[in-house]
Amino acid sequence: MALPDLAKKPVRFIGGHRACAGCGFPITIKIILQAAENPVIVGCATGCMEVTSTIYPYTSWECSFIHSAFENVAATVSGIEAAYTSLKRQGRIDKDITFIAFGGDGGTYDIGLQALSGALERGHKMVYVCYDNQGYMNTGIQRSSATPRGANTTTSPAGKKVPGKQQYPKDLTAIVAAHGIPYAAQSSMSHWNDLYRKAKKAFAADGPAFLNVLSTCRLGWGTAPEDTVDVADGAVQSRLWPLYEIEKGKWKLSLKPRRHYPVEKWMSMQGRFRHLFNPQKNETFIEEIQSQVDAKWEELVRRCSAET
Amino acid sequence: MTESSQTKNLLKDHVIIDKAIEPNAGWRDLPIGAVIPKGGTSRQFTTGDWRTIRPVWSPEKCIHCHRCWLYCPDMCWVSEDKKIQGVDLTNCKGCGICANVCPTKVHAIEMHPEDTKTEHTAGED
Repeated sequence: MALPDLAKKPVRFIGGHRACAGCGFPITIKIILQAAENPVIVGCATGCMEVTSTIYPYTSWECSFIHSAFENVAATVSGIEAAYTSLKRQGRIDKDITFIAFGGDGGTYDIGLQALSGALERGHKMVYVCYDNQGYMNTGIQRSSATPRGANTTTSPAGKKVPGKQQYPKDLTAIVAAHGIPYAAQSSMSHWNDLYRKAKKAFAADGPAFLNVLSTCRLGWGTAPEDTVDVADGAVQSRLWPLYEIEKGKWKLSLKPRRHYPVEKWMSMQGRFRHLFNPQKNETFIEEIQSQVDAKWEELVRRCSAET
Repeated sequence: MTESSQTKNLLKDHVIIDKAIEPNAGWRDLPIGAVIPKGGTSRQFTTGDWRTIRPVWSPEKCIHCHRCWLYCPDMCWVSEDKKIQGVDLTNCKGCGICANVCPTKVHAIEMHPEDTKTEHTAGED
């Protein structure tokens, strides 16, 4: 699919929302919704996406939309899907409808994890999209379990002794894949082709599908608005955010960065890691993060090559 | 959306929702139950007010790769028949992503400060 062809389809998420200039998630939603062929019903967990796009009496959605609480978007959308399946069986509805649940990393990694796990286990035919901006950005940048080690947030502040968040982020895509669902993938909004292809596969999957998409938060990450796409790309190139998919239990690597791109370079682009470079560089800490990223990458490559 | 009777009923409410968006609208103008009967009403909320820099597009340099259309978070770039027609500045917040993702060799989009008198080449306004 070429981009000009994609532009011929009507866009289902439009402008006028109150997200920051240069926000990453509208791009993520746009690409995913462009991949959907059928009418869509969108459920949305509390988060930047819901707060900025649905301020009454305005809505940025050109499709059916339901907002639920922070923790239960997966449960809400699975309920809609169950009702739809029942109506379809009774012959009262004949349309094919796609069900999408959107949640941020706060509503997916932390608060909504049990609702998500339940929905995946019950096997509803829905697509859960986590737009991962690595923190609770809506409430003023707090740490989440997706925040990378070393990031400065209001609940993991960088000081003289402690250089930002102490823990490594959890690997949610692998956790979701462990449910044995037909399709789970990790993608980034900087690689639209990859994301579009994965969204297509997720919609076609026979059962629940999950997409974990990295979306820049320029306010929380401390980047310039115009660098949104470049920063997300840097995370992919540095192998901190590898692109891969798990199709029917088969692990497959989507992109192998050609050149060596140190994590340090990606971190130096962002204000939330400034304390690691100023006033003096925290060499040991950065090296530790680099070696963890390398180890995770090698494990992923091993996992993917073992299966093919 | 099909023109079912249900849709026609909703269309009637369009008048109400348009009234509710007016600056001096009161609570009586709002639809009952705080329903938003029409999708995509936020187009009318001019986030373009936030802008301090604006994209200026050169149609003669453009190769119509649509990267600006794709990466615009505010869906400002107008595309018709696989060709970029221009930029609609109503919702443009001036983030500058479009100028940044425009291929380096093409360089068809430049960001200009709002206070300078640059003629912008928008397809439609």
